[in-house]
Amino acid sequence: MTTIEAPRSPKPARTRRRGINGEKWGWIYMRASGLVLVILIFGHLFVNLVSGKGVNAIDFAFVAGKLADPFWVVWDTLLLWLALIHGSNGIRTLINDYTRTPLTRRILLIAVATATAVLLILGTLVIYTFDPCPAGAAANLVPSFCQGR
Amino acid sequence: MSTATLDSKPTVPDEIPSFTATIIVRRFDPDKDAEPYWQDFDVVMYGTDRVLDALHKIKWEQDGSLSFRRSCAHGVCGSDAMRINGRNRLACKTLLKDLDISKPIYIEAIKGLPLEKDLIVDMDPFFESYKAINPFLISNTPSKDGKERKQSPVERARFDDTTKCILCAACTSSCPVFWTDGQYFGPAAIVNAHRFIFDSRDEGAQVRLDILNDKEGVWRCRTTFNCSEACPRGIQVTQAIAEVKQAVMRGRA
Repeated sequence: MTTIEAPRSPKPARTRRRGINGEKWGWIYMRASGLVLVILIFGHLFVNLVSGKGVNAIDFAFVAGKLADPFWVVWDTLLLWLALIHGSNGIRTLINDYTRTPLTRRILLIAVATATAVLLILGTLVIYTFDPCPAGAAANLVPSFCQGR
Repeated sequence: MSTATLDSKPTVPDEIPSFTATIIVRRFDPDKDAEPYWQDFDVVMYGTDRVLDALHKIKWEQDGSLSFRRSCAHGVCGSDAMRINGRNRLACKTLLKDLDISKPIYIEAIKGLPLEKDLIVDMDPFFESYKAINPFLISNTPSKDGKERKQSPVERARFDDTTKCILCAACTSSCPVFWTDGQYFGPAAIVNAHRFIFDSRDEGAQVRLDILNDKEGVWRCRTTFNCSEACPRGIQVTQAIAEVKQAVMRGRA
């Protein structure tokens, strides 16, 4: 007798992995970061797109001016880390749900982890090493506080 | 005193209205078929008939080889969960007249469990998950005076909803996470864990919470609500899972 091959039967005798199980913390992280991100993202969108001159205000000087302010440095750092990890953790659960073989799962998870790490490092680097007054730039393109230098 | 008599004769219609329903069943015979296929049947049915009656009519009058499970036929045993017009329901609780009978009615086996024949699936993986959560009262303290363990109505009401489960697998086999690789415990197992975790007489909550804190435990629930919609007993399955999540986070029931 042939039965249709069972693609989804549980592994024989549920082997309970020992050690720390991150799933609970992953789940809690998604809820907690989600709440904070609502404030961070809408604050970011409001300041960049609505307040003052609105979207027309965005140019090099606007961004440079923001990144010279410690408040926005902290805000953008939080936004970068919370949002990126939130997103990559979501992709991780999708990969866990949809991949069919352990090998593809492994490859995709490593790819996501690598991309996340690279983006986090690059983003953080930009936020903290950003030079708002590059040498030799035209005065009308850089923030106003560059004049005195 | 007089004996109650019928004053006027009840009106009996000359003919009970009937209709022809087209039932399309997903057939599979492991001895003959490589793949499942759809087969049409036309049956004359009445307004009071259920999907199960239609299946009976097919099996008894048209094709005796049609295989499906059913035991009590009254929505209690949980044997005849199947996918009717794309939704998991009990064939014995679904009236034909509630479906759109102007169109064919599609009936197939529940998804996510190995198909054995026609509408019959291998329920072993489902019951393995159920067994894994220790579905029995765990208590290390002897009962008072050797008598029954008393419980207040409030304590009983805490887990009343999840006592209704009949283990028909309609919820678990409607869960998209269960479909993916079948490793997830599934809503039914979590519902039955909930039934004991929140039972004031039970002392095994910690054991069950540890089991469900597994990689394949409650955290794989994506709150799709498919299970709550599928449950023929109206159990708020997603809510029960959320309560178990809360209990795992707090570390106690």
